[in-house]
Amino acid sequence: MTSPAAAKAKVTENPNPQTTQGVAREVARELAPVRTEAGIKIRARDVNFYYGPKQVLNQVSMDVRERKITALIGPSGCGKTTFLRILNRMYETVKQARAEGEVKLDEESIFGIALPYLRRRVGMVFQKPNPFPKSIFDNVAYGPRVHGIASGAKLTELVEQSLRGAALWDEVKDSLHKSAFSLSGGQQQRLSIARALAIDPEVLLLDEPCSALDPISTAKIEELLFNIEERCTVVIVTHNMAQAARVADYTGFFLMGRLVEFNDTKTIFTTPAKKETEDYITGRFG
Amino acid sequence: MNRLTWRKTVNTVMSGVTALCALVAVAPLLFVLGLLVVKGASSLNWAFFTKLPVPVGETGGGIANAIAGSGQLLLLAALFGVPLGVLGGIYLSEFGGWGVPFFVRYAADLLVTVPSIVIGIFAYAVVVLPVGHFSALAGGFALGVMLLPIVVTNTEQFLRTVPVWLREGSLALGAGHWKTIVSVVIPGALQGILTGILLALARVAGETAPLIFTAFNNAYWNRGLNQPISSLPYMIWIYGLSAYDDWHRQAWAAALVLLGFVLLVNVVSRLVLARGMAARRAA
Repeated sequence: MTSPAAAKAKVTENPNPQTTQGVAREVARELAPVRTEAGIKIRARDVNFYYGPKQVLNQVSMDVRERKITALIGPSGCGKTTFLRILNRMYETVKQARAEGEVKLDEESIFGIALPYLRRRVGMVFQKPNPFPKSIFDNVAYGPRVHGIASGAKLTELVEQSLRGAALWDEVKDSLHKSAFSLSGGQQQRLSIARALAIDPEVLLLDEPCSALDPISTAKIEELLFNIEERCTVVIVTHNMAQAARVADYTGFFLMGRLVEFNDTKTIFTTPAKKETEDYITGRFG
Repeated sequence: MNRLTWRKTVNTVMSGVTALCALVAVAPLLFVLGLLVVKGASSLNWAFFTKLPVPVGETGGGIANAIAGSGQLLLLAALFGVPLGVLGGIYLSEFGGWGVPFFVRYAADLLVTVPSIVIGIFAYAVVVLPVGHFSALAGGFALGVMLLPIVVTNTEQFLRTVPVWLREGSLALGAGHWKTIVSVVIPGALQGILTGILLALARVAGETAPLIFTAFNNAYWNRGLNQPISSLPYMIWIYGLSAYDDWHRQAWAAALVLLGFVLLVNVVSRLVLARGMAARRAA
């Protein structure tokens, strides 16, 4: 990717030639460019973030659209993962971490929502696949059990639905009671996604979910993001600009703790407004 | 001598020296084990494991009461030391900030190094004196006190090996701190924690000094937890010091039984742990 024109070519390329859904999706996007009337699911205003005395985010404001995929890109250490970890208040596990500003989920401040409820509504998938030391079934059933959502036959059904939602069902339906450690890395990551989907979150945060995976597993995960998008809002942090271009409706570019530019993906990759954005997506740095 | 030959020679000599030192280091164990087998194995028979001791002069008899007593004492020690130790370890690993855990860890390290006779005297002062007589409970308490710091330290260390991303996975699903500990962190460290408990039990199984002032001894079947109780180490001590050849023979055999038990627990628990670690690495 050496110029915005090349980047544009990348955007219109079909990400998954072997699947018709990828094609259909790309066609749809070509015909009807991103709708701008989508509701706002998360509204962040003037967010500052500190680790001890060190400021990591500076006046970040962003509207995350409902049932769309938003990608956060930028070089290492730019604050994109930090921003993601504010949205479900995961940063609170780190001592001396402090967030300032306003973050609203459906007009309700996330700082006023009790953590179990917030994290039930805003799920998260991590960079490294992190199956629990339990069976595949118990991994997926973990969230529903914690929140008392389902039990017995209903739980079994929910587990199946979630595994189907993560495109893993066919591979594991005969080995639900095997240890989750018996799965491959790509399968483990889809298990993590199924586990997150099982509590039916309104928003799903993904922190570089494919960085530890091979291209085939990556393609599977990108594919299933399109299905997830129909049921919840997706925010994905990625190192990989091609991935952002392939999957995201909106893209935000972070640099040194600031949100430099935020727009629909096509605009970011073809006619970015800021010079830093253009330099980054054309590979001049990062 | 050219340089390459010199380096090869140094290499050979040094690997020989280190191998010799390693052999010398384990020699006492091999020697003790060999001696016990030679002197004690001939006295092992079914009656030895199932019969009570007989008075001096009569032949036959066994140490069944000492074996049962050691079992009871270890059970009491575990009942006292394991829950406290595991919960304490959980606190240190999961909840402690900086100040209190530092102090507790330091105290646990010190407690491990306290001579076992001192722990026996401590148990004597705390349990035996108020009650007025020796008892199995006092002996179990003393062994439990010895168990405690080992279990605390071991539990904490294994909990710490559970990676942050596993905890975060649970927290991100809306599970609380305690729920995360119980259903994700502890299962992830369970094999290590259990192995540590077994090794600690094997370690205190051979302790004699803490029992002298607490459990004392008993030549018959044990009559209750508030009564003196016999145990293998104590029996070995008494029989070994006696003037009778028959008792010496039985002491050797009892020592073989005790060492065999300790070795067995060690080997089995280490095998289990190694297998668990291999499974986790494969993941």
